[in-house]
Amino acid sequence: MREVAIVAFGQSDHVRDSAETSEVEMLMPVLHDVLAQTGLAARDIGFTCSGSSDYLAGRAFSFTMALDGVGAWPPISESHVEMDGAWALYEAWVKLLTGEAETALVYAYGKSSPGDVREVLTRQLDPYYVAPLWPDSVALAALQAQALIDAELTDERELAGIAARSRADAETNPHAQLRGAVPAGEHLVAPLRTSDCPPIGDGAAAVVLAAGDTARRLTDRPAWIRGLDHRIEAHSLGVRDLTDSPSTRLAAERAGAFERPVDTAELHAPFTSQEVVLRRALKLDAPDCTVRINPSGGALAAHPVMAAGLIRLGEAAARIQSGASGRALAHATSGPCLQQNLVAVLEGE
Amino acid sequence: MSEVLTAPLVVEFPFTRSLGPVQSAFLTGLRERTVLGVTASDGRVVVPPTEYDPVTAEEIRELVEVGSHGTVTTWAWNPSPRRGQPLTTPFAWILVRLDGADTALLHALDAPGPDAVRTGMRVRVRWAAQRTGAITDIACFEPDDSPAGAHERAPHSGEFANAVTGITTPARLDYTYSPGRAQSRYIQALSDHKTIGERCPSCRKVYVPPRGACPTCGLATDTQVEVGPRGTVTTFCIVNIKAKNLDIEVPYVYAHIALDGADLALHARIGGIPYDRVRMGLRVEPVWTEHGRFPDHYRPTGEPDADYDSYKELI
Repeated sequence: MREVAIVAFGQSDHVRDSAETSEVEMLMPVLHDVLAQTGLAARDIGFTCSGSSDYLAGRAFSFTMALDGVGAWPPISESHVEMDGAWALYEAWVKLLTGEAETALVYAYGKSSPGDVREVLTRQLDPYYVAPLWPDSVALAALQAQALIDAELTDERELAGIAARSRADAETNPHAQLRGAVPAGEHLVAPLRTSDCPPIGDGAAAVVLAAGDTARRLTDRPAWIRGLDHRIEAHSLGVRDLTDSPSTRLAAERAGAFERPVDTAELHAPFTSQEVVLRRALKLDAPDCTVRINPSGGALAAHPVMAAGLIRLGEAAARIQSGASGRALAHATSGPCLQQNLVAVLEGE
Repeated sequence: MSEVLTAPLVVEFPFTRSLGPVQSAFLTGLRERTVLGVTASDGRVVVPPTEYDPVTAEEIRELVEVGSHGTVTTWAWNPSPRRGQPLTTPFAWILVRLDGADTALLHALDAPGPDAVRTGMRVRVRWAAQRTGAITDIACFEPDDSPAGAHERAPHSGEFANAVTGITTPARLDYTYSPGRAQSRYIQALSDHKTIGERCPSCRKVYVPPRGACPTCGLATDTQVEVGPRGTVTTFCIVNIKAKNLDIEVPYVYAHIALDGADLALHARIGGIPYDRVRMGLRVEPVWTEHGRFPDHYRPTGEPDADYDSYKELI
């Protein structure tokens, strides 16, 4: 099988409100950053794929506006997923594996500030039985958190510790939105407090993928994608065991995550309680486990919806490229209570 | 340059959805104060019922009546109810496994406070006074003291008089739209009766209206250029259907207009000339109405028509 690597990663600073810039104005510096890292021009890219959501923008076909930022003339080979950019990366990875392209530009962006993201996300729920009740994203995560507490798999103290560790790690992440000591805050929806929830913000990210020798030509340190898989669980929350994430475990298994230990894990856990579920699913909870979890601060430090999952892959790749990691796991999620999960395993040369 | 513009944007739609046989039976049942589930391939009773097995994806149709009392499997206290949610006073979100069911249903529990709620507590349906065949026919749940398993499951035909076959669920999302820097500059200039485009630093083309990026080069268009006010009709169509809430007599002409100095045609209505005399190459100028923030329409200038070669690249 063809080798494919992440050869460049860039992201915007993530901010609470980016009203002064349109999506394409926010995205363009990030696209220029990753292209400059590789020395490629937009027209050199074999395949372009993006992830975003019309419901965040409040406009139909909103991604077509952002497409101006890549220079789509003369015509380019392009695709879009109405989902986190991690899934756009998956599509690009397949395109490279099949030999249809040598390089791919993957980007994702989301502005939560124009709307009310807790309400917007209700529109992805079952429209017959659930969406008419308008249960917001924090409420659904809180049901999962309580299930974990009832099962004695965590407690509010451990959740507060995850929040504190994430924001402390984000001190060294210049792009993070929330860093340092963050007060626990009131219960937004109990048992989740403000500090257990991700900041609401706007941001963008991009990566460049390349195959084989092209990757080696574009960078001295490709972050090779050794495996990549994504799985989904039942849409109906009451059918699932919310304390477990079998889709994450299966995706990790198919991506080869359990074949050899990883040293870094970038987990897309917007809520502290979801990190508990993911650590268990990915077997990162052993007492002697030395895996570095979310050195970037993770989604609790910056959560641009639609880009936060792609950023996990980018951050993991950046650790490989800098030599801080030899073998890293990256995870992305979408949907309520970790409904859909993607796992990638990255390695250096 | 003054600050970036913002405006309220409301996206609202009454989504109308058809129901399959199982969903139709379930929602009609709620109207009749009867809760139905469906038997999955492994024998479990799924409530609320799905039309396909959540594990095997097999089609499932065997309906079962379950109880309107149940047990909370997990919960979350909502101190600040939001628009559209089942209760306006603080309440608990719950997943509740109804007696006779093997899966849980999401709904709201009316309880005096979080101390009155726990996993494993017994609850019962509080029916809405007006029921139409929707999940909101369950107004909410309320605490209950009946013993667990008081209700046995029983087969049910799923047949009711006047079955509900579709639902309409209004959805509304509120946004504050901001068009970003380039489009704000464009809109603000329009209020001074000026049209500005922006030039690409690489290909030198002037885009109007500008969106901040050159779609050919993928670069920021950061140089403002005043264009027009006159321009040339590059192509047009004759509109024969009257749009709702639009007070323009049909037929009228909608045209692409290449403003002088612009490398992209914008579109606008043509007036001041019979619709059947509009033509490619017609020279036009904007007509502003009092307090208008953009030209109401464009009208002929009376100049000779533009030479085809002067605008053929902009069609």
